[in-house]
Amino acid sequence: MQAAISVRDVTKVYVEGANKIQVLHGVDFDVEQGEVVLLMGPSGSGKTTLLSIMGCILRATSGSVQIAGQEVAKLSERELPEIRLQHIGFVFQGFNLFPTLTVGENIELALDLKRIRGERAKQEARKLLDQVELAAKYDSFPADLSGGQKQRVAIARALAGSPRVILADEPTAALDSQSGRNVMEMMRDLARKHGRGVVVVTHDSRVLEFGDRIVHMEDGRIAEPETEASGRKGMAEVVSMGLLSTNSAEHALRIC
Amino acid sequence: MPPLAQRNLMHDKVRLTVTLTGIVFAVVLIVVELGLFVGFTVTTSGIIDQSKVDLWIVSKGTPYIEQGSAFSERKLYQVLATPGVAHADKYIVRFSNWKTPQGAEDGIQIVGFNPYTGVGGPWNVVEGKVEDLKTPDAVMVDEIYKKKLGVTKVGETFEINRRRARVVGFTRGIRAFTTTPYVFTSFKNAQAYTGIAEDQTYFILVRALPGTDRAALQHELESRLRDVDVLTTRKFSSMTRIYWMFTTGAGVAVLIAALLGLVVGVVVVAQTIYATTMDHIREYGTLKAMGAPNSYIYRVIITQAGMSAVAGYVLAMFVSVFIVHASQSGGAAILLPWQMAVGIFFLTLLMCVSAAVVSINKVTSLDPAMVFRG
Ligand SMILES: Nc1ncnc2c1ncn2[C@@H]1O[C@H](COP(=O)(O)OP(=O)(O)OP(=O)(O)O)[C@@H](O)[C@H]1O
Ligand SMILES: [Mg+2]
Repeated sequence: MQAAISVRDVTKVYVEGANKIQVLHGVDFDVEQGEVVLLMGPSGSGKTTLLSIMGCILRATSGSVQIAGQEVAKLSERELPEIRLQHIGFVFQGFNLFPTLTVGENIELALDLKRIRGERAKQEARKLLDQVELAAKYDSFPADLSGGQKQRVAIARALAGSPRVILADEPTAALDSQSGRNVMEMMRDLARKHGRGVVVVTHDSRVLEFGDRIVHMEDGRIAEPETEASGRKGMAEVVSMGLLSTNSAEHALRIC
Repeated sequence: MPPLAQRNLMHDKVRLTVTLTGIVFAVVLIVVELGLFVGFTVTTSGIIDQSKVDLWIVSKGTPYIEQGSAFSERKLYQVLATPGVAHADKYIVRFSNWKTPQGAEDGIQIVGFNPYTGVGGPWNVVEGKVEDLKTPDAVMVDEIYKKKLGVTKVGETFEINRRRARVVGFTRGIRAFTTTPYVFTSFKNAQAYTGIAEDQTYFILVRALPGTDRAALQHELESRLRDVDVLTTRKFSSMTRIYWMFTTGAGVAVLIAALLGLVVGVVVVAQTIYATTMDHIREYGTLKAMGAPNSYIYRVIITQAGMSAVAGYVLAMFVSVFIVHASQSGGAAILLPWQMAVGIFFLTLLMCVSAAVVSINKVTSLDPAMVFRG
């Protein structure tokens, strides 16, 4: 099966005036369809940068990025929005819902961008909200929802128009652990059901069990060969049992 | 498209109030300053514009209406004998002196016209009739100058150039730019009040027969008459306006004030619209991340700015109409002709939309860190 995202030897250099800061140093990274990959690593290791490049928000300095088989690294600034629109759904730490629109309208806006309008958009929005168990909140405003509910709306919005890839940066950081688990579970189930590739940047050891795979970054590099799913699963259980602190768990993951 | 622009605008009532107040303030400021300029400008040439004739015959080199000089009234017969002339009237506009029974004196401008045709006579008469000016000694002044001239009611008598003058009526809103009040009277009286010779006139006002080629008539009169200029009403009007507004420098100050009003207005509007856009910058960033093309975001921002412009303009016009109305009884009229109102509408729209476009630049360079920040 074709990978949802395939990143090869990607580098990123930020240019700030005369300073050049190399943030990514030849990153290789694959996400299969229907797979949830957790991207972890210390602050400043380049996770958000990598996610932005995969999401066609930033352009890599060099290397190749393929989304659903299409090479996007060489596309111009003006062609990227269309790729984002067609293939990528974002979930943000701060939810980034439109506060003045109702929950339903938030989804309709995402559909509107994809030229799904009118009655069809309403039906589709209802269906998407149903998938995150929030159909009853169609006419509510985001301010009236809990954090977990907001993030579920954001997931429904990210799924609008059936993108191949969902990219989430710290989606549970602003949530309590129950909501965080709930959100992650939903994201995993929807990814599996619809065959989406999901990348979640997270520091949150409470949600490790919802990943199929963990990729660890350090100083702009993938720290280790990707760990086996089985090995990770065992470790995740250990973490969720609270026997290991986050740091030692990450350390353990790196060496296994 | 879900109504993002409308909602964003209506959502924050405080911000909306600030935005609309800014626009209303700017628009009213522009109306007042420009309106004063227009008011002054129109005032300088009011007598000429209201004459509704086709041509003014003035002594050669007359730069503006207050500066006419006398010429022989025989020219009137030459004019009347010219084919294409419907009728022609003698006319006087000249400074003179007004004296109250108590002995107070003030400068005035005598306007002597033919009360049988009414050409060049008073308009907006609110008390008395133009025909009343046929009687000897009869004069008409404007309400605005009642106090200045010491007039309280019809029937009172005064002295002009040591001759009797009896007030037979009042006009409303006929201002003189020089603040020297116009005193309307018959041509005959005016000759006496200004002390010009019996066979002299200052101007001849010509009306062409319907269907006459005005330019050809003007040419014909120029060739027949000597030592005079034959000017279209429009030309003489603009000469007078330019003299008072620009040559004397009086209007330059008003115009600078109007331009400052415009600049301040633009800045205020730009500032408030910019702030409104910035309030929602994160949403625009999110839209961009979601793959919205720039045009989509422009549409939201410009719709928002356009709605602010329309709402602000409508409110401002209510305020402006009130101010314009209130100014009519004062010494300086603020005028708001419909062309100006339409122009200011598009100006408001332009100000709001260009202010929005400036803030759009902030959105076009999307910083991913911004949307990913918690
Ligand atoms: N626009 C930018 N210009 C210059 N340097 C940047 C820019 N964005 C990020 N960086 C730098 O790149 C490095 C990686 O940043 P990035 O945000 O990708 O890290 P991260 O792994 O997501 O960190 P965190 O866990 O704190 O979110 C950091 O040192 C950061 O300071
Ligand atoms: Mg980050």
